[in-house]
Amino acid sequence: MIAPLLSISNVGRASLDEIPVLDIEAFREVVLQYVEGGAALSALFGVPARRGIRLYAVLASRETGMLFVAASEEIVAEYPALTPDCEQAHLFEREIAEQWGVTPKGHPWLKPVRFQSRRGHGAAASSSQPVCGVIDYFAIEGEEIHEVAVGPVHAGIIEPGHFRFQCHGEIVHHLEISLGYQHRGVERAMEGGPGPRSIHYAETLAGDTTVGHASVYCRLLESLARCRVPARAHAIRCIALELERLANHVGDLGALAGDVGFLPTASYCGRIRGDLLNMTALLCGSRFGRGLVRPGGVEFELDVGIAADLLKRGESAFRDAENAVSLLWSTPSVMSRFEGTGPVTRDVALRIGLVGVAARACGVERDVRCDFPYSMYHFSHIPITTWRSGDVLARALVRWQEIERSWAFIREQVEAMPDGPVRAPVAALAPRSMVVALVEGWRGEICHVAITDDDGRFSTYKVIDPSFHNWAGLAMAMRDGQISDFPLCNKSFNLSYCGHDL
Amino acid sequence: MFDIIRARIKQGYRTMPFPKKAPAMPDRFRGLPRIDAARCPQGCGECASVCPFGAIEIGEKGVRIDLGRCLFCAECSRACKHGAIEFTNEYRLAASERKSLFVSAASPKVEAMGRAMARIFGRSLKLREVSAGGCNACEADVNVLSTLAYDMGRFGIQFVASPRHADGILVTGPVTQNMRLALEKTYAAVPAPKIVIASGACAISGGPYIGHSEQCDGVLSLLPVDLFIPGCPPHPLTTLDGLLRLLGRIESDRQKP
Repeated sequence: MIAPLLSISNVGRASLDEIPVLDIEAFREVVLQYVEGGAALSALFGVPARRGIRLYAVLASRETGMLFVAASEEIVAEYPALTPDCEQAHLFEREIAEQWGVTPKGHPWLKPVRFQSRRGHGAAASSSQPVCGVIDYFAIEGEEIHEVAVGPVHAGIIEPGHFRFQCHGEIVHHLEISLGYQHRGVERAMEGGPGPRSIHYAETLAGDTTVGHASVYCRLLESLARCRVPARAHAIRCIALELERLANHVGDLGALAGDVGFLPTASYCGRIRGDLLNMTALLCGSRFGRGLVRPGGVEFELDVGIAADLLKRGESAFRDAENAVSLLWSTPSVMSRFEGTGPVTRDVALRIGLVGVAARACGVERDVRCDFPYSMYHFSHIPITTWRSGDVLARALVRWQEIERSWAFIREQVEAMPDGPVRAPVAALAPRSMVVALVEGWRGEICHVAITDDDGRFSTYKVIDPSFHNWAGLAMAMRDGQISDFPLCNKSFNLSYCGHDL
Repeated sequence: MFDIIRARIKQGYRTMPFPKKAPAMPDRFRGLPRIDAARCPQGCGECASVCPFGAIEIGEKGVRIDLGRCLFCAECSRACKHGAIEFTNEYRLAASERKSLFVSAASPKVEAMGRAMARIFGRSLKLREVSAGGCNACEADVNVLSTLAYDMGRFGIQFVASPRHADGILVTGPVTQNMRLALEKTYAAVPAPKIVIASGACAISGGPYIGHSEQCDGVLSLLPVDLFIPGCPPHPLTTLDGLLRLLGRIESDRQKP
């Protein structure tokens, strides 16, 4: 018998008093039961309470299309960890331990997540912050074992992170990923909001996902303010979100080609990605969609001239991408490097809770646009793209099919734009409420959770970037693979450091 | 093989003729702000009050915008009832001195840069990029400079993997406490003479994170900076123009429109 939890729809609003508060044993039990029943753990986090913290869990059930929310009674020093019975919880619980100094007892791997300073009760008294990247790395011992350390400063123009490989010859037995270098305190700064800076924080949570994160933030705010966003604004947001997906997927396919030394596709896709970014700039002046999505709607109108230009440029970019990417599938030297490299099984993907392209490449049908449809995705269905092999090839193929489907969606939306205004006023936020908003960003499920205080200000603002779920997937993909395949595997996931580090 | 050749012909030659001819910026692009002193009544201060990052000061000489803090959101322009602030299409924003990033009604020129760098690095500049905080948008738009559309290599500028091979570092991000040591070590590993480029609002001033205890409010708190590239993120052409002017590869004293 599964205990009844509060169910809300995607961006549904709940009063804090409606959320069932369970003692920790019951909370643990119910989360495990839901996960067992196929729900995904979208969020698990601590909220400061009188003496300790309260845990909140958000379980996304694609079967019912609903989100289930539970809260625990107050925990002071420790609680029985969920991780031993639910691997999806492992990073969430590390985060809870790091942020609030509460120990999930029985957690096998309680290492820092972001090397951030302690928060909540007893934060001032806690020992000084650990040095970023200095942890007790898992090590294999043996005469022929060697260890490779990479980062935080990497060879390319990419974000900082530290990777520690345990190798025997070329074979990687274990990869440990230690992040936190990009931690700049965004969640903490969101508290007390919304304020003039809030939308800018949302837009810079992960710069390559500006439209994605800004959309989630705005939808959350609009739900709390009971604001009805005009249909035209919804359409423009969805077009921008799919443009973001197109640009990044094309860029990723080019980068994958580059990593196996196939320069034609690498060069063409690099240029085409730029053309797609310029289409977003056409819409709002910024290649990353800065300034477009605003609470209540969008800042910029998609007028007839821009719509026509968008379709024309888009069609030409899409044709060029089709031409460039098709070379990958017909070049044996590319296919032999993609096929079978960095495999993740469907079982592992489900257990560790992968999202987005990485999950769909393992045959996991998981896409917020279908499972928890919102805005235009209610009316215009995008089929879920999956592939079974879970390797680099699967992640490349899923990207290409999503490019095709995103472009078809954009065309459809631009040709049938709803009329009306593009922005509505946003009133004050409902007090003592909680909203969970999910959006399918180009990397996968973006989840924001906000809880408001008695005055309708954010008392908690939680951000879960898809990368938070997926970094463990990269580590699993590398297991028993060759270390020389790491750049290729890494690129096939292309995860965000800043979205993880916040 | 024939498919590859056919694709090569179809894709064509796509490198832009910059700097001979600059491509048209999108109409809605927000570049250098223009302040119309005649329209700005003394002491209204509406623009300064809506800027979330304190980029606008109202002094004796009127409105002054700090491009080092500006995220080009144009909130000030919308707030000004008199229409005194307008964001133009001008993308040439980079400057070699921090104080040149302050824009007022009376400072309408692209900053001239010294020719000292030209002699040392004018024909070859190798840079090590250090991402130190930020949101990865700056990194992404630095990366595109190496694509065939911009083809920065034709100017002898290249990003290299090791600081030992570099003539300088290009820093993005506000410099988080967690990246501080790595940035200092990378800088120390670059052989002298070396330059430092702060790219994006974060690296110049802390950007959206200005004032957060988790970061250092930009590179200047740690290292001397030779080139500031404003923007959030800077447009690739803003970066390329800045690098070329720093190296004396293009004239720096053209009038702004």
